[in-house]
Amino acid sequence: MTNYITVIGLEVHAELKTKTKAFCSCSTEFGSLPNTHVCPVCLGMPGALPVLNKQVVEFAIRTGLALGCDIQKFNKFDRKNYFYPDLAKNYQISQFDQPICLGGHIDIEIDGVPKRLGITRIHMEEDAGKLNHSGATISTSDFSSVDYNRAGVPLLEIVSEPDMRSAEEARAYMEQLKAILEYIDVCDCKMQEGSLRCDANISIMPEGAKEFGTRAEIKNLNSFRALVRAIEYEVERQKAILEDGGHVVQETRTWDEANGVTLSMRSKEEAHDYRYFPEPDLVPVEIDDAWIERVRGELPELPAQRLERLVEKHGLPKYDASLIVATKAMADYFDAACANSKDDKAVSNWLLGDVSAYLNAENITIEQFPVKPENLGELVTLIKDGVLSSKLAKKVFAEMLKADKTPKQLVKELGLEQVSDEGAIAAIVDEVLAENPQSVADYKAGKDKAIGFLVGQVMKKSRGKANPGMVNKLLKEKMQ
Amino acid sequence: MKVTVKDVEHIAGLSRLTIPESEMEKFTEQFNQILNYADILEKIDTEGIEPTPYVLPISNAFREDVPQPGVTHEEALENAPAVYNDGFKVPRVIE
Repeated sequence: MTNYITVIGLEVHAELKTKTKAFCSCSTEFGSLPNTHVCPVCLGMPGALPVLNKQVVEFAIRTGLALGCDIQKFNKFDRKNYFYPDLAKNYQISQFDQPICLGGHIDIEIDGVPKRLGITRIHMEEDAGKLNHSGATISTSDFSSVDYNRAGVPLLEIVSEPDMRSAEEARAYMEQLKAILEYIDVCDCKMQEGSLRCDANISIMPEGAKEFGTRAEIKNLNSFRALVRAIEYEVERQKAILEDGGHVVQETRTWDEANGVTLSMRSKEEAHDYRYFPEPDLVPVEIDDAWIERVRGELPELPAQRLERLVEKHGLPKYDASLIVATKAMADYFDAACANSKDDKAVSNWLLGDVSAYLNAENITIEQFPVKPENLGELVTLIKDGVLSSKLAKKVFAEMLKADKTPKQLVKELGLEQVSDEGAIAAIVDEVLAENPQSVADYKAGKDKAIGFLVGQVMKKSRGKANPGMVNKLLKEKMQ
Repeated sequence: MKVTVKDVEHIAGLSRLTIPESEMEKFTEQFNQILNYADILEKIDTEGIEPTPYVLPISNAFREDVPQPGVTHEEALENAPAVYNDGFKVPRVIE
């Protein structure tokens, strides 16, 4: 059997976090009653004229700089003509031959091997309305209902080079891109809600071939899992066609999540005839160096820089740091917890251990996590200072999940304060020594290990509250 | 002939226009007349001249990102031929 190489390029649509649409002042709020954030412009009424939202350009420049692109000084918009009811105007305002950003890249790392994936271009455009189908799927519906609330919401289309060679690389690219867009605060990046969408161009070619195979474009990938599954399915589908001596057809396919397959949508031949021409209702956008440099100066810390900081300043292992920085909210939580902690590595361990386990079990995100970061920091500090054993800390943590209380408060309420009163501990030590003459004898005979057992007995009697350092000291003194 | 009857059929299809069979020849001829006329421009030497997508001497006409009310839900649907689930009802969208 022939070995095939998979070639993947991704087109990502990111909805910008502006308050208003790209070309009119309608709100971009998500989840409202259909057709309530609409006006003559986004409803395509004759004579209505678009005016560009300045924030769209601002966000596009910021995104381009964060992804290492060249910002183009002269920008125009173009009309992409097509008949589909998701846009009332029968054209989409987009950028055709002169996108705002050219070049750029995203760095990924898989199993410690770094790879740089190219970005071809980024352009500004408007989103289309949402079709709600009468049937279960688009293909089985007799009619649809159109909601234009989303029509005109600004999008950036980020087009990658066909640089990815596996589903894993595509996933890593998407994860990195999502993290960067979150860090620079231009997009909500909620794949399920559709604020970050991904189409994948997938082809395969026999090993050693000079030219890429015919590609299929897969739409409706609204999760990382869907992206990975769709690529894996599509590669197998195309292999089966080629092995049978057939030809892959260039077409658009949709990912059917329920059945785990891709399905043909429509022939691209005619659909591609978009007859682009310059949008005569808008004037050009000219971006000068001062504008670009101002935006560059305001760029926040990016995921790669944050990773470096977590490794260098907070002493985290690179792998742990990469997990923390993958989500901006998690990285922000880490920083906030560390501000109130004496042990950053322990904060990271808690986040990747007990906290992540809780988030997964409850199926919530770190933004919904009930424990305030400063309280997690305090808990870690209590362990570091010897006030709490790690075992009791877990007990306190369980209580913190139930009520918004500080660890110190809970330690008091639960009666978990470590006993550091020498008199009280000495009394328990005496009891333990009297009950375990054999261990005492062993210790005196030079078996240093025997003291561990005795410490354990004292801790048990004190229900874990005795200060272990003091227990050790007193035992040694009394057995001299 | 720059465009053929077939091209005109294709363009009419993209534009959702129905052109009667009897008028096809006429339209094709007119299309060609327009294109031939535009050919006059091709004779001008445009070497070193930037394309001119816009003729107005203005750029950067922006709007601030401040929401304003649009039309109401009822007004929006007033022109809809049919309404379904608070939306514009449209026929099946895929062949």
